[in-house]
Amino acid sequence: MDIILNVLNQTLVFTIPLLVVALGGMFSERSGVVNIALEGIMIGGAFVGVYFIYLMQSANTSLNPQLLLILALIVAGVFGALLSLLHAFAAINLKADQTISGTAINMLAPGLGLFLAKLIFNGNSSVPFSNTFRIHEIPVLSQIPILGPILFKGAYITTYLGIIILILSVIFLNKTKAGLRLRACGENPQAADAAGVSVYKYRYIGVLLSGFLGGMGGLIYIIPISTVFNSDVGGYGFLALAILIFGNWQPYRIAAASLFFGIMKTLAYTYTAIPFLSALGFPSVVYKLIPYVATLILLAFTSKNSAAPKASGIPYDKSKR
Amino acid sequence: MKNNESKQNLIASLLAILIGLLIGFIVILIANPSQAFRAMGIMLSGGFYKGLRSTGQVLYSAIPIMMTGLSVAFAFKCGNFNIGTTGQYTVGGFVALFLANTLYQTVPDSLLWIICLIAAGLAGAIWALIPGVLKAYRNVNIVISGIMFNYIGMYLVIEGVKAFIYDSAGARSQTSKIAVPKMGLNHIFPGSDINGGIIIAIALCVIAYIILNKTTFGYELKACGYNPEASRYAGMSEKKIVILSMVISGFFSGIGGGLVYIGGTGRAFTTAEVTLPEGFNGIPVALLGMNSPLGCILAALFVSYINVGGNYMQACNIPVEIIDVISAVIIYFSSFALMIRLYLQNREKKKHRKEVAVEGGQE
Repeated sequence: MDIILNVLNQTLVFTIPLLVVALGGMFSERSGVVNIALEGIMIGGAFVGVYFIYLMQSANTSLNPQLLLILALIVAGVFGALLSLLHAFAAINLKADQTISGTAINMLAPGLGLFLAKLIFNGNSSVPFSNTFRIHEIPVLSQIPILGPILFKGAYITTYLGIIILILSVIFLNKTKAGLRLRACGENPQAADAAGVSVYKYRYIGVLLSGFLGGMGGLIYIIPISTVFNSDVGGYGFLALAILIFGNWQPYRIAAASLFFGIMKTLAYTYTAIPFLSALGFPSVVYKLIPYVATLILLAFTSKNSAAPKASGIPYDKSKR
Repeated sequence: MKNNESKQNLIASLLAILIGLLIGFIVILIANPSQAFRAMGIMLSGGFYKGLRSTGQVLYSAIPIMMTGLSVAFAFKCGNFNIGTTGQYTVGGFVALFLANTLYQTVPDSLLWIICLIAAGLAGAIWALIPGVLKAYRNVNIVISGIMFNYIGMYLVIEGVKAFIYDSAGARSQTSKIAVPKMGLNHIFPGSDINGGIIIAIALCVIAYIILNKTTFGYELKACGYNPEASRYAGMSEKKIVILSMVISGFFSGIGGGLVYIGGTGRAFTTAEVTLPEGFNGIPVALLGMNSPLGCILAALFVSYINVGGNYMQACNIPVEIIDVISAVIIYFSSFALMIRLYLQNREKKKHRKEVAVEGGQE
């Protein structure tokens, strides 16, 4: 039992960044813009966020670590949004091929990150920081059976942030005027435009949201797993894209998909400690492959009638209305 | 009309390159003002900086990106964005290296390298076949399946390396025991890593050009890219064409991997869980080459040229990653090609209208 709780606790380290970034991608796609740049946006956000933390820590400010983390998350998010602006401009105003401008950002962010790090740290390509953000135990709450050890011991505030973002996303997408309009722009921009909704505006909102969450997700990814940032997020941006599709563009399903991917990632490293799984004798590569293979299989069975936004990836051209 | 379009494409590409270099220069200027001009000079003269040796180096490092670029371009012609080149390149390289070291001394060297390359191509083709089939029969987004296959390929190759060709002393794969023949190029470019791979790569680009422009299949493939509905109506088998175009595209990437890992320069696989950059680096090559096989030759040489220059530039304390930044800017602005083309077309139309108006006035 303890082992299972421990695995679930560990799982959050993988799940939360995937969840946040995939939700970001969801806003972009549901407004009608494919955002393949999530990987680059994560790297950009994480770089700026980590550098911010590095500066604050070396300035020896007596800032509360949790407050510092929140500030850094905002910085990372804002920078991610700025990066996504490049994509939005090309995809929305210039009606460019969305995979191409996305690819450009995926190449720009690590290049620029390594370039700047080497300049700042004299040839060393990684930005260091010290992890003072881990919350050992939250009193009272950690005593709750099952949920306590999973959520409130050895936790990061990013976990709660991820859950809040999930709830807000659901409300925004389904209950607010702006959310419904954003969805309309991704399904039938012509009709939305005819009804007086500015398609450009809502697509910008969608892409900027994806940039903000993507940038934040980059920082959320790196904080618990390392003490240096090397301008690399291990393909999580691409994985988030897969989760977005796996989750059928819907927030709760995206959360479930993130959890599934997170569990598989954790099992790949911890399965030997779980008697039942180590008895099965699969090599760790099996667990590493499962998320990717499962995505492919699922796609093979659902792509014919998937709930993908109908106008996703298609530039909106007013003159074709 | 067609001539005009390729002219406009060329202008758009050159403009993108110019903007990329300009922004790169500005970044260098901010980073290191005192050395900026010298650094930029070194980068731009990179391919000749140390004479023929540098030129040979440009040709050598153009090999992988020429192949992956060709791969991306070929699939693009049929409307598919083959982002899975990395996986195809990786499995191709692994299969070539594996066969080279397993069959060494059982098969004569002069034959073995050819077998290795063909096997590498086939491995790449299989790695692209599955996304192609999933696209044709199950309508699975080829970008996503490509990304999934990149990771699947990476994990399997790591396991394969550990199981079959592991060099525990170096904690990485063994290096190849055979090499692609130099074909005399080492005498022309002494001191460089050049080998016959570049000749093979250019030859494959030319073959791809012939397939696309001189065969019925090539015509169908392009028709399918322009308008799948219309080509289906015209009786072409869309499914077959999608799958075949992906298979051929994967074949090129696979050969690219083969050429690098049995290239005789001691390349090896590490067991780090990162996807190889050569596949992604094919994307800018294809875009700059305007998705034409012959354009890919020039584009690969260009990208390789500034990369070699970027390496020399590190002497001025400018990190080599500036080249990635420049490439990214070039790709970004090449996505504006459509807009630039529209602008050029509008201007031409206006000019044309004016001429017609003048002629009309004279009558």
